[in-house]
Formats: sequence, C-alpha cells, structure tokens
Amino acid sequence: MTAAPEQVDQRTDVVEVAREQVLERGVGLTEAQVLEVLQLPDDRIAEVLEVAHEVRMRWCGPEVEVEGIVSLKTGGCPEDCHFCSQSGQFPSPVRSAWLDIPGLVKAARQTADTGATEFCIVAAVRGPDKRLLSQVSEGIKAIRADGNDIQIACSLGMLTQEQVDELVAMGVHRYNHNLETARSHFPNVVTTHSWEERWDTLRMIREAGMEVCCGGIIGMGETLEQRAEFAVQLASLEPDEVPLNFLIPNPGTPYENYPVVEGPDALRAVAAFRLALPRTILRFAGGRELTFGDLGAKQGMLGGINAIIVGNYLTNLGRPAVQDIEMLGELSMPIKALSQTL
Amino acid sequence: MSDEYCNYCGKGVGEIDHGACAKRLQLIDPPRFCSACARRMVVQVTPAGWTARCSRHGEISSAR
Repeated sequence: MTAAPEQVDQRTDVVEVAREQVLERGVGLTEAQVLEVLQLPDDRIAEVLEVAHEVRMRWCGPEVEVEGIVSLKTGGCPEDCHFCSQSGQFPSPVRSAWLDIPGLVKAARQTADTGATEFCIVAAVRGPDKRLLSQVSEGIKAIRADGNDIQIACSLGMLTQEQVDELVAMGVHRYNHNLETARSHFPNVVTTHSWEERWDTLRMIREAGMEVCCGGIIGMGETLEQRAEFAVQLASLEPDEVPLNFLIPNPGTPYENYPVVEGPDALRAVAAFRLALPRTILRFAGGRELTFGDLGAKQGMLGGINAIIVGNYLTNLGRPAVQDIEMLGELSMPIKALSQTL
Repeated sequence: MSDEYCNYCGKGVGEIDHGACAKRLQLIDPPRFCSACARRMVVQVTPAGWTARCSRHGEISSAR
C-alpha cells in the first residue's frame, strides 16, 4: 500500500513516525521517509531494526518462508545487466551450461529436504524460447513424479502473454522478475532493455493470477535517494515477495571493482524496505554472506526479513542450508509450512 | 593433477598474490578455472553443491 497524503504522519522523527504510521496503521513509508531511514546514524540502526521487526511480526507473522533456487540455463545471456556474471557481453569466467532434468529433480529434492516450501527455476535469458519452456514443463512434471509437492516458481526473463498463460497452465505459482534498481538508475545498469519492459511482464503476471516476486540489488552505484525511490516504486507494484540482494562484485562484469555494501548500510536498507513494504514477504537473497557475515544475517532476520534463500545461488555459493535452518531455530522463527500463505 | 593455476582467476599460482581469490573461494565462489591447465570450466551450481568440468582434465565437485 502506498501512503495517501492524508495518511502520512507529520511528526519529525522517522522512527517515531514508523511506529505510528507503519506499525499501528500498516501504511508504508513515503519516499522522503524511506530516505530518512537510510540516512539514520549508526547509533540508531538497532532502534529502527527493532521497529521493522515489530512491523514484520504484526503484519506478516513469525513464520519464515524458505526457498531454494537453481539455474536451469547458465551463462550466455544476450542482455547486458552490468552486475551479472552470466551476461555474454562481458569477459566473465562463467561458461554456458544447461542442467538436465534428473539434475533439476535432484535440486528440487535437496531443496525440499531442507524444509523449504519454494523452489525457483531460473534461466539466464532475455525471455524464454520454446526449448526452454519445454524444459521447464518437463522438469515440473518430473519433480511431481518424484513425489515432491514443493511450490514451484520461475524466473525466465521477460514474457509474452502466451508464455505467461503457459506457465500458469504448468502450475507455476509465483514468477520472479526483478526491477533491480530505481527507475532513474536503471539505464546505468542495463541498456539492452528498459525498466518499463520489465514492468509490463510484471503486470501480465499479476493479471494472470500468479504471485509477483520482484526485488533488486543494493549497491550498484545508486544514491540513497535512488534507493528510497526504488523501495517506493516496489511498494507501488504491491508484490507478494521482494528479494533483497546485495551486490556481489563478480569478476569480468562492469561492477567487478565496486565495493561490497557495508553492513550498517545494508541493515538500514533492510529496515527501510520493510517499513516501505509492511505486508510483503521480504527475502534475504544474494550477497548477504559478503555483506553481513553470520552476525549481520541474524540482525537482518531480526530487522524485518521474513524469508530466506538457503543453500547456493545461481553462480555463487551460499552458506550450507543447515546453518541457516539452525539460525532460524536459534531465533525461534518457525519455517512456513507448505500449506500456509504468509 | 598438479595445482599450477588459481581456481578462481586462472593465473599462475606464483604469478600474483591469490589471497583475495582464496577468500572468494572460501566464501562464495566455486572454482572457475582448471588448476592443471587454467581452462575455463563448465560449472553447475545447485542448492547443495557444485560440479566443475574441464574439457581436458575431467570433473571435480564439492564435498557438500
């Protein structure tokens, strides 16, 4: 929900405002208010994380949604997303690879065995062709034939309406398509397609009844103002899930020498995005291992995050799933069961 | 198989300081280059592990 002018709290301290406006009324922060959170001094981070955690508990509940992801088609992508080691336009060491159906079934099984309820099939493409959609369809059938009832999401780039309909017919319940960054910063990150093209795919997904998963990456040279702009643009989309990534400066990409996001900045971002999106599933995604380490991951989980990708990512490695499951146990955060909706 | 090249950057073991490479391999990266010949390997990452295949020296995989 985006705040209407009459709903915006006029007090001056943004943490106090968040308590009344977001925690009590469930109205997300405005762009200017999000910016204030992103500019809070270090000695107020714990305070704002506490409010963000309360917001998450009140509007989403205590459960954590656990997900595993796998790359069905790696590398060789024609697009030029400057953060991505899978673009064929940069001298990245990542080579093209296809995962076969038995490998996909095994990956889904490994994910389900962690207690995860979501399994996302990802391909590095501009959009899917017939071969890729056929592989996804066969893969989903094989996962079901394996007796695995994990919920299946896909991330296959930009879609046509016909492709959206095909994915619905396959039983794909959620589709990931990240806007990646603020609209004003997007042309600095990607030049081979536009923010608006991505938005069009998201609109079709929503209208077709699939859940919308849309997030982005913090640390791609955006200003704090653009970080706030992005949070509010995501809020206007009203996504079911927002994956929050932190840039991994991968070799060969244009961003290989960008600095890793500092822990305090990342924690401010976690709190700010939660306070902009009080009811959304906010997922810890890639980059948290570099940015936070173990201690920071716990702070994030206690600062508004209510979902997590466990195990490895697409081309980078994550912590072993068991470590994150143990962390959730230590934090007394129950893992969402398969039948529940957050 | 001898370890003449860095798995992360593909440069010779004695050519540069590979401290940063070792850190990345320890934290978030699978091997990308064959340690015997420095060829780029075909790497598949899955939720619980990875495999990396060199066209000349075969496949290695994660322990986990």
